[in-house]
Amino acid sequence: MSVMKLTASAVAIAAVSATAAAARDNVQVAGSSTVLPYASIVAELFGENTDYPTPVVESGGSSAGLKRFCEGVGENTIDVANASRAIREKEIKACAENGVTDIIEVRIGYDGIVFASQQSGPAFTAFQPSDIFNAIGAKVLVDGEIVDNPYNSWSEFNGDLPDAEIAMFIPGTKHGTREVFEDKVLLEGCEATGAMEAMMSAGMSEDDAEDACLDVRQDGKSVDIDGDYTETLARIDANTNGIGVFGLAFYENNTDKLKVATMGGISPSTETIASGEYPVSRPLFFYVKKAHIGVIPGLKDYAQFFVADEIAGPGGPLSNYGLVADPELADTQAAVSNEETMGSGM
Amino acid sequence: MTDAATNPGAATPRKSSLLTLDDRTRRRNASEARFKAYGITAIAVALFFLIVLLFSILRSGLPAYTTTVADVEFTVTQAQYEEAESQLFKTKAYEQLFIAQLQDQLTESGMQVEFDAAAIERIMGKVGGNIREFYQANPDQLGQPVSFELSSSSRVDGYYKGRVTREGLQESRFLQLSDLDLVDALAEAGIIRQAFNWNFITGADSGVDNPGGAGIGASVVGSFFMMLVVLFLALPIGVAASIYLEEFAPKNRWTDLIEVNISNLAAVPSIVFGILGLAVFIQFMHLPQSAPLVGGLVLTLMTLPTIIISTRASLKAVPPSIRDAALGVGASKMQAVFHHVLPLAMPGILTGTIIGLAQALGETAPLLLIGMVGFVARGYPDGIAAGFVDPNSAMPAQIYTWAARADVAFYEKAWGGIIILLLFLMTMNIIAIILRRRFERRW
Repeated sequence: MSVMKLTASAVAIAAVSATAAAARDNVQVAGSSTVLPYASIVAELFGENTDYPTPVVESGGSSAGLKRFCEGVGENTIDVANASRAIREKEIKACAENGVTDIIEVRIGYDGIVFASQQSGPAFTAFQPSDIFNAIGAKVLVDGEIVDNPYNSWSEFNGDLPDAEIAMFIPGTKHGTREVFEDKVLLEGCEATGAMEAMMSAGMSEDDAEDACLDVRQDGKSVDIDGDYTETLARIDANTNGIGVFGLAFYENNTDKLKVATMGGISPSTETIASGEYPVSRPLFFYVKKAHIGVIPGLKDYAQFFVADEIAGPGGPLSNYGLVADPELADTQAAVSNEETMGSGM
Repeated sequence: MTDAATNPGAATPRKSSLLTLDDRTRRRNASEARFKAYGITAIAVALFFLIVLLFSILRSGLPAYTTTVADVEFTVTQAQYEEAESQLFKTKAYEQLFIAQLQDQLTESGMQVEFDAAAIERIMGKVGGNIREFYQANPDQLGQPVSFELSSSSRVDGYYKGRVTREGLQESRFLQLSDLDLVDALAEAGIIRQAFNWNFITGADSGVDNPGGAGIGASVVGSFFMMLVVLFLALPIGVAASIYLEEFAPKNRWTDLIEVNISNLAAVPSIVFGILGLAVFIQFMHLPQSAPLVGGLVLTLMTLPTIIISTRASLKAVPPSIRDAALGVGASKMQAVFHHVLPLAMPGILTGTIIGLAQALGETAPLLLIGMVGFVARGYPDGIAAGFVDPNSAMPAQIYTWAARADVAFYEKAWGGIIILLLFLMTMNIIAIILRRRFERRW
């Protein structure tokens, strides 16, 4: 039998491949699923417009991406982490422990977070942060007292909203979007309804009260979505009363299925987000391992290409897809070409 | 025991006859009929779901195989080429050249519909990449008119496939109602037409704003190299392990332990192998990320137990008399196994291997962790060694990636990819069935 020959050839192939694998020639990116579409557009264009191979962009969420980014320096680690939030102190620390000390932070633009429901569903057209907090906060203020969230329908706390069952699909905790949702919607709503004040006067410290504000009810009225926006869309498709949290670009690609609600009276668009009127937006970032520049071919070029005026500027393919261009893009370009690391430029 | 048998003294004579059924027999017959009905219902339900599944796959997936293209003839001069190549965003420059020329051509031909450059940009897909690629490969064509077949934007394609309707159209910067008038006019002029989407079968993945350029070809190649690794590692290792365990190993506590563990491994969720692969192959052995080699190694681990179990079953199925006869005429144990037992067990081993490969082919979860899921658009590897180590995706990973994208056009691509994946799986299963039918021997 040729079993021996097969084994021998298999081992030979593995050995040849392993030696050929010594040098990686492509940029390896991972992280936020919000940044992924933009990164994939840039990756494709980078491959088409330069002599470097097309970078590989993986998804997985901001936290997962930064975790992999901080695993260490070397060809078997990723070069760039995409994040839909800024890197946290403890992540920088974790990075440093593994030898990843020089990190270049690149802000690529802004993304709006919108609240959308089924096109033909109930008339969810205008929300305030307080409405969202009342709908899904774990503890809310009712008649001057903090109680477990008693509401089943939107009209119970705001007569202007439809008498429809509460069903919200919010990003799971591994998404960077969740943090913005908590900061700009839940916390705002908590303060606006007076729940935070009531908690603090009941003897909670400010930090504890803030944490309590961010607690989301666990009785099934609010569902954490750990997958992509497509999963949220599928849930909305199946639930007439469902309200989902989406990125602006995703919503704009699916306007035939979704209708968007205003937040604080402002309807989301690239203009209102760029001007800062629309309250729920956040910057998008990617982080570059400086130690890999010069080792991985094309890494710096990729970063520079990403933030070039033609790409990330107004009218470029990214803003055409839904990214809100950063007015301070020129500073970012300068920082990238000078390889300014975090800490050194600040 | 029956009443009649336990009361021999009873005066009443047996009333039953062979010709008329008594109550008990009727009840037994009825229960048999009921059981058959359950079985038929179960099969009917399974068939119903199968048909629904196949129908929905075909209905959603077949549109991916056609595309809307525009036939345009235009010229790029040497000066324009150099000008475009000197820019950072070269493909955009080619796109602008193309749009300007098409606009002039349409104005000359006396198009009845109002339009502007922005409308053409919305209607056409990302054409710059194709144009640049062409002139890079054929610089001698510069300055001469060349006819291009370029794909339209995904929304215009959707207009022809019924995804986008005039009534349901929400005007956006992606497409406006007036653009559809231009599309209709262009179609009437024979510039826009439907064509078979070869690019879908041969191409690589594309960016999220360019569904028209997405193809599954590169990931088929990725899957192919992974399957090569699985085949050349899992088959010899699996067969060697099972032959040793079945024919040579002493039966003791150790071999029992190994046996139990192999059976357990067969039931381990595949994602676990992905985590193992990340830790061992990438972080410890420093093999490249997103490489079919690593994917193949991970899937080998996953497939090994399946192959070992099926190989041992087919070795067991060879009657001991064959071995005894071989040993009786003076063959060594190894000769008996390799000359007589193994050839007889081969059909079963190959069947098990193919089923194991088919299982590995459809697996996504372990690939998630080794970087094969995501945007991997390297195109075709140049050479065999590059095929193993260059980043690539795999078919199920590609389908998974497409299904998560915002533009519904990618959803259609995902279904189209499922059709190709199913074709591969069916082919492999049919080969397994043929092997079994043709070579299996019964004793």
